[in-house]
Amino acid sequence: MTKRGLIQGELGGLLERGLSRRAFLAFCGAMTALLALPPRYVPRVAAAVSGAPKIPLIWLRGSGCGGDGEALLRTTGPGAVSLLLESLSVDYLEILMASAGEAASDLRAATIAAAPNGYLAVIEGAISNADDGYRHTVGGRPFRDVAREVSAGASGVIAVGSCAFDGGLAAAGGGSIGAGGVGEVVAGRPFISLPGCPVNAANLAATIVHFLTFGELPPADGRGRPLFAYGSLIHNQCERRPHFEFGEFVEDWGDEGAQKGWCLYKMGCKGPEAYANCPTVRYDEGASWPIGSGQVCIACTMPGFWDSMGPAFRRLPPLAPFLPWLTADVAGQVIVGGTAGLAVAHGTASIVRAGVRRRRAARARLAEEAPETAPVAPPVAEPEAPPVVAPTEPAPEGTPVEFEPETAELEPPAEPELEAPEPVPPPDSEDA
Amino acid sequence: MPRMVIDPVTRVGGQLRLEAQVEAGAVRDAWLSGTMYRGVERILVGRDPREAWLLAQRICGTCGTAHALASVRAVEGALGIRVPRNARLLRNLVAGTQLVANHVAAFFQRQLLDWVDVAAAVRADPAGAVDFARSLGVAELPGVDAFEAVRKRLEASVESGGGPFSGGPWGHPAYRLSPAADLVLLSHAFAALEWRRRFTSIQTLIGGKTPHPQSFLVGGMATAPGWGGPSDVAPGQHLWGTGRKVPSALGTARLDAIRALVDEAAVFAEEVFLPDAIAVASAHPEWAAVGRGRRHFLAFGDLPEDDAERPALLLPRGRVMDGDVSRLVEVDQSGVGESVDHAWYEPTEEPLRRPRDRGSAPRYDGPRGRFTTLEGAERYSWVKAPRYEDDPIEVGPLARVLVATAAGEGDVPLRFQRAMALTGGPADAAFGTLGRLVAPAVEAVVVARAMRGWLDDLEANLADGDLAVADVSLWDPASWPAAAEGWSIGESGRGAVGHWLAIHGGRIERYTVVDAGTWNASPRDNRGRRGAIEEALVGTPVEDPERPIEILRVVHAFDPCLTCGVH
Repeated sequence: MTKRGLIQGELGGLLERGLSRRAFLAFCGAMTALLALPPRYVPRVAAAVSGAPKIPLIWLRGSGCGGDGEALLRTTGPGAVSLLLESLSVDYLEILMASAGEAASDLRAATIAAAPNGYLAVIEGAISNADDGYRHTVGGRPFRDVAREVSAGASGVIAVGSCAFDGGLAAAGGGSIGAGGVGEVVAGRPFISLPGCPVNAANLAATIVHFLTFGELPPADGRGRPLFAYGSLIHNQCERRPHFEFGEFVEDWGDEGAQKGWCLYKMGCKGPEAYANCPTVRYDEGASWPIGSGQVCIACTMPGFWDSMGPAFRRLPPLAPFLPWLTADVAGQVIVGGTAGLAVAHGTASIVRAGVRRRRAARARLAEEAPETAPVAPPVAEPEAPPVVAPTEPAPEGTPVEFEPETAELEPPAEPELEAPEPVPPPDSEDA
Repeated sequence: MPRMVIDPVTRVGGQLRLEAQVEAGAVRDAWLSGTMYRGVERILVGRDPREAWLLAQRICGTCGTAHALASVRAVEGALGIRVPRNARLLRNLVAGTQLVANHVAAFFQRQLLDWVDVAAAVRADPAGAVDFARSLGVAELPGVDAFEAVRKRLEASVESGGGPFSGGPWGHPAYRLSPAADLVLLSHAFAALEWRRRFTSIQTLIGGKTPHPQSFLVGGMATAPGWGGPSDVAPGQHLWGTGRKVPSALGTARLDAIRALVDEAAVFAEEVFLPDAIAVASAHPEWAAVGRGRRHFLAFGDLPEDDAERPALLLPRGRVMDGDVSRLVEVDQSGVGESVDHAWYEPTEEPLRRPRDRGSAPRYDGPRGRFTTLEGAERYSWVKAPRYEDDPIEVGPLARVLVATAAGEGDVPLRFQRAMALTGGPADAAFGTLGRLVAPAVEAVVVARAMRGWLDDLEANLADGDLAVADVSLWDPASWPAAAEGWSIGESGRGAVGHWLAIHGGRIERYTVVDAGTWNASPRDNRGRRGAIEEALVGTPVEDPERPIEILRVVHAFDPCLTCGVH
């Protein structure tokens, strides 16, 4: 194909793809499948998505990297542009909108005041609380006030990305803006969280499609994460799982195992503790996902993952059995019920969360007392809330063959490494 | 006279506030304020240097790749690690993708609405649009029907009273292009949105997702070829996993997909992006004189072309001072210092704090309660004010192109000269807003072409049996010295990025980031001198203070990123 020929076909094609009905229907089909709805829902989804009147959308950018809006622009199918421009009225989106300054703020206010059927609010980034919220201002006001105002009138609020979920990076150890999740500013409105760093745009699109089709946000777990996307453990869906069962691991970057696509567990993969649909939906219309590209999962959909799941390349201690039916909610209930082993093994337990809160509070105190000289606590696991302890029950049948030898590296639950640069070699007594 | 305020400045990275003193139809003075602080440098302290890049990458959702690379390179520098050839080529491909995609977004998504009147495009004759498209050299490209479809779409959006085009300064006398040209450029913007979405999947193919591709590694890349060479399915399947084939991270199918995208990128940059940028520039010749700054330019340089210790760089390193492109001035990481005299941080002992000194903590003493102006505030931004050997300096694609011109390297100088000649501006037009419009398009062409070369090299190297993607000899922290220091100076799409770090006992002891946004969007420094954009704004004409489109043109041409700038 000549260069000229390529560009002729290409530019026309690019334009057409953004506009065509066929691409739009394909998008609706993909969304229906992602939401685990039967194919007969496709016409209903298509009708709802292309229906009038358009629902206004206000997209706010909190204290984050802006990567979630970028994810939407980069990675959803051609239908994303249709969804944005044809199905929704994108009234406020700082990265694209024509107006600026007060005119932009006025548009936002007008949408809040005027929308007869309500509007959808999507918020990325964390809520900044330090200095009364003045570490993040928009139009001369704290961002959190704007977020509160926009949330209050919304018929649905979607928090996208890990920072909007629970503060994310800004809330990690050493953070100083008193970062919290968007949930802090949403009171009494339908609310859902789509953690991930960045959010998988397919999940965001599906959530919006669900909202347009059924007039409500999809069912969610106790932390507000929709079950269609965050209901299953990554490890249980992973394409490399058979290698885990057969004890075939990547031992060094680029080694034989890496070339053969073996399990990344020993390199620090957090797939066994993270809930998300990355292995099945993947990114960019199924092009790839981190483990598919040879890198470990960093559990970016989990609460406080930079600290609770980090360091990224520290290998997980052996876990409780992987139970396919276990959801983040069940794990949470179990820990409340006192069966610590199961729940903490999944890192979602409220006790961990509480530990993170305590730690943050302690840091905030430290920071207030001695802002300049306070040493930053190393971002390691919390003594009073160890992320992982040994299973309390004997492993059931089907326990991976590689499990037994692994226990040699089980870490003492009560003393996670604090200052040591690397995990302390575990005492032998920890053998199960 | 009260200051004019634009907050938020939209279509930029991060949160930007702009205040300007406008007198007699022109900007007399300007103040740029980054109004969102996160404190990533301090969050990095105490962490495992091997995971630092993951956090540093989150400095920016658009330019994160540059920060991830800067971070792994800084750690590699501290430990003395050299990455294998395959890793260099893969990194260049990921970085090249970010750079080209950034430039396309900067022009079509972030700048175009300053130059193109959407309301006029709605009135355009689609047949005239075809003629205009042909005049750009993009023959027979999309037909009347396609332009009419876009026109209708724009019409529906404008009539709805909502959507991204509402409230724009349509009808402003500064809009100079014909309605047909407006329609063509907006059509290209839609196409660019779709093209860019596909193009960035190179990062997904190599790194698993985008933004924030995840296959970087201290020592190389995690993306590995198949056992024995590129193959599409990683061998070693088990019956247990039948039907769940593990795709090879660097299989032939992926390499072919990347090749198609890279080839398409070169054509898109050369036949759509560059002609469009030139068309906008040539319709506004007087803008050659607007947006001039001090004419000091700096490039750290990036995209290594070989595996030597001091490799040749596709984007060369150096400085151009006082607009003298006949002389290349040296650049070294030690020349960088930051002032916090006008930023919300604890004061430092030195007037210009070196990146290797201890960082200063945030200290907000700005107004509380809803504020309308920062006038009278000594400190007015979360952006620090980096200076090179005491000079305020501009970074970015224009700086890189001028530095390449001074260095006389590669085909960038000639291409840029030719493109600027086509705009019909004066000989020194490059130093103003027109230069900032055209330089990224020229660079996109050059980098997209280079990507093809890196991909060829990668495939040839793999075919030769060199399958190494990482040097893991120093992966174990036990093999590290007790203390080490490292840095990396390179480029993001938006300009010079430096990371400096110290490692102690296997943990990060200190981390400093100086980014393109920090350089360009900096506030005043210890000697009260304006930052690059502030300086460029002085003298900008403002016809209608209610709709200061000219100010936005100057700011957007820098493509500032405040998420990066503050970090």
